[in-house]
Amino acid sequence: MTDWLSRHVPKIVLAPTFVAVLLFVYGFIAWTAWVSLTRSKLLPRYEIDGLIQYERLFASPRWDTALSNLFVFGALFIGISMILGLMLAIFLDQKIRIEGALRTIYLYPMALSMIVTGTAWKWILNPGLGIQAMVQGWGFESFTFDWLINPDMALYAIVMAAVWQASGFVMALFLAGLRSVDGEIIKAAQVDGIPTWRVYTAIIIPSMAPIFLSAFIVLAHLAIKSFDLVIALTGGGPGYATDLPATYMYAMAFSRGDLGQAASSAMIMMLVVFTIVVPYLYSELRAKND
Amino acid sequence: MTKMTAFAALSAFALTAGSAFAEPKAEVLHWWTSGGEAKAVAVLQQEFAQRGGTWTDMPVAGGGGDAAMSALRARVLSGNAPTAVQLKGPAIQEWYEEGVLADISDVAEEQHWADVLPARIADHMKCDGHWCAAPVNVHRVNWVWANKAILDANGIEMPKTWEEFNAAAEKLKAAGITPLAHGGQAWQDATVFETVVLGLGGPEFYHKALVELDQDALKSDTMKAVFDEMRTLRGYVDDNFSGRDWNLATAMVMNGEAAFQIMGDWAKGEFLAAGKTPGADFVCAPTPGDAGFLYNVDSFAMFKVDGAGKQEGQKILAELIVGPSFQETFNLNKGSIPVRTDVSLDKFDDCAKMSAADMKADGENGSLLPSYAHGMALRGAQAGAITDVVTAHFNSDMSSEEAVQQLATAVANSM
Repeated sequence: MTDWLSRHVPKIVLAPTFVAVLLFVYGFIAWTAWVSLTRSKLLPRYEIDGLIQYERLFASPRWDTALSNLFVFGALFIGISMILGLMLAIFLDQKIRIEGALRTIYLYPMALSMIVTGTAWKWILNPGLGIQAMVQGWGFESFTFDWLINPDMALYAIVMAAVWQASGFVMALFLAGLRSVDGEIIKAAQVDGIPTWRVYTAIIIPSMAPIFLSAFIVLAHLAIKSFDLVIALTGGGPGYATDLPATYMYAMAFSRGDLGQAASSAMIMMLVVFTIVVPYLYSELRAKND
Repeated sequence: MTKMTAFAALSAFALTAGSAFAEPKAEVLHWWTSGGEAKAVAVLQQEFAQRGGTWTDMPVAGGGGDAAMSALRARVLSGNAPTAVQLKGPAIQEWYEEGVLADISDVAEEQHWADVLPARIADHMKCDGHWCAAPVNVHRVNWVWANKAILDANGIEMPKTWEEFNAAAEKLKAAGITPLAHGGQAWQDATVFETVVLGLGGPEFYHKALVELDQDALKSDTMKAVFDEMRTLRGYVDDNFSGRDWNLATAMVMNGEAAFQIMGDWAKGEFLAAGKTPGADFVCAPTPGDAGFLYNVDSFAMFKVDGAGKQEGQKILAELIVGPSFQETFNLNKGSIPVRTDVSLDKFDDCAKMSAADMKADGENGSLLPSYAHGMALRGAQAGAITDVVTAHFNSDMSSEEAVQQLATAVANSM
């Protein structure tokens, strides 16, 4: 009996969480998929009506904007954060003084919530209150910096705020990676007279591949679920120029009483996540089997 | 633990009380939580208590009612709907189609609602011919608010047509004053848009385009002219308008930073709260155009509830909401006008009196029209589709031809 118990306790303990995850994650994914095939309006209805919601979704210019914004925002946000984070990490890695203090300063934005970041940047970028007003106040009357109200540029304002928030975190990841590279190899390279930049490009960075992957996964999911930053910084505007799939979904579900549309956009968002996460999981699992 | 026993005792008491006599009960879901509005709801609460009822307040603030709608959806899905919910316009019909609204015709007939409410507005309160909601107030949306000192200093009269408005705006711009105070939020863009549709197209065109969603009207040259005017108006707005709240735009007019604002009569509340007097400090006038009154009517929809106590409470509530005393107190607090045409307006200001007179006149001429921007004319999906196009056009360099095309497609796609 005790034997049986000791063998099964882990399973029994894990069972409730497992059931909860099964129901609340996978159960509701299935529910959302179902609703996305119906003509649900205010309340969910369950009569399947084909792919009408997806047709409507892809006929909507606002969804087009939201989806292409996601790719532009995601690519720039991930790319710039990684490059900036890597550079900061390499600079900090030069055995400089007060490294601890600098590291804290760069990491600090991560402690703020996206809402705070968004609100602060909204004021900084507001042409009448922030940078533009300040520079014009110095006498440069023709200076303009109106990204926030320019529909073609507003998305880049969001990228800027998001990069500011996340690059410190990426720096910390990379710094840990840099420190974990075997010092012997670096010393050997230095003995051979290889310049420092070559040491980085040819030895250190390639050996950090797993860190790049982790950083990418963390940033990618931040990008896809970005919602609060957009709401705080631009509210999706000007017009709907900075809408993202998450804000589109929110608007459909909670402001417009169009649950079917919201469900179908949520499904597409999930597919986007899958295309990123599935190859990652695949590579992870395969690595273990080797 | 003591809390639990107290609760159990209370519910036991409620059960016995319920079986002895049906005490009227009402649970009211609303999002009137800001100063003047909260005061107005408290009045209703008091009147309800005087009739021996127990009021359970369920204020859900945030998101202009979005949060409240989510709460309502959860309550209805769990089979436990509140007695009365702040709902308006076609949303009432949408909920009725889900089969959850009650019939309050006996109260309405007893109180002769049909005789005292404007017919157009009464129609919103009916589901398939029977009454299912009680109207609270009438906001007029198509108002222009102006700073009197600026108008006088620049020799400008209140504009009667959009051409006059543009001329006045050019003059102000040349004088270095922002002509139009505006906040770059989608609903504010939509508010300006609908007043331009009414002004340039007239009431009939407005009805065809924004109520019937007639494709020919949406694609017409008139609609192109409307978008042209929107483009012109964009030029009269200052650079910092993005995301600005409407009350901040009102403050700009108040402080003399801008001359005009196009906004519903809730803006008047801001002027009055700042101690300004209509006619002396600020001027109110209908937006340019010949005639027409765009209304935004708040109302309470009555949901199906079980139990004699709750049903009794619902009836009393409906009677009180439309009753003259609540109509007067509430609307004095809220800045709107009573929906009843037989309430004395002595205590109201001049703008409210003008609004009431126009409502009567426009009601007779058939130019009393539901506001699309404030959810009175269309369902959420259609209204949202139009707003998307309007705000995208206003905030970019989209041409009017393209906007008209997009408008027609978006409306068709939202059905």
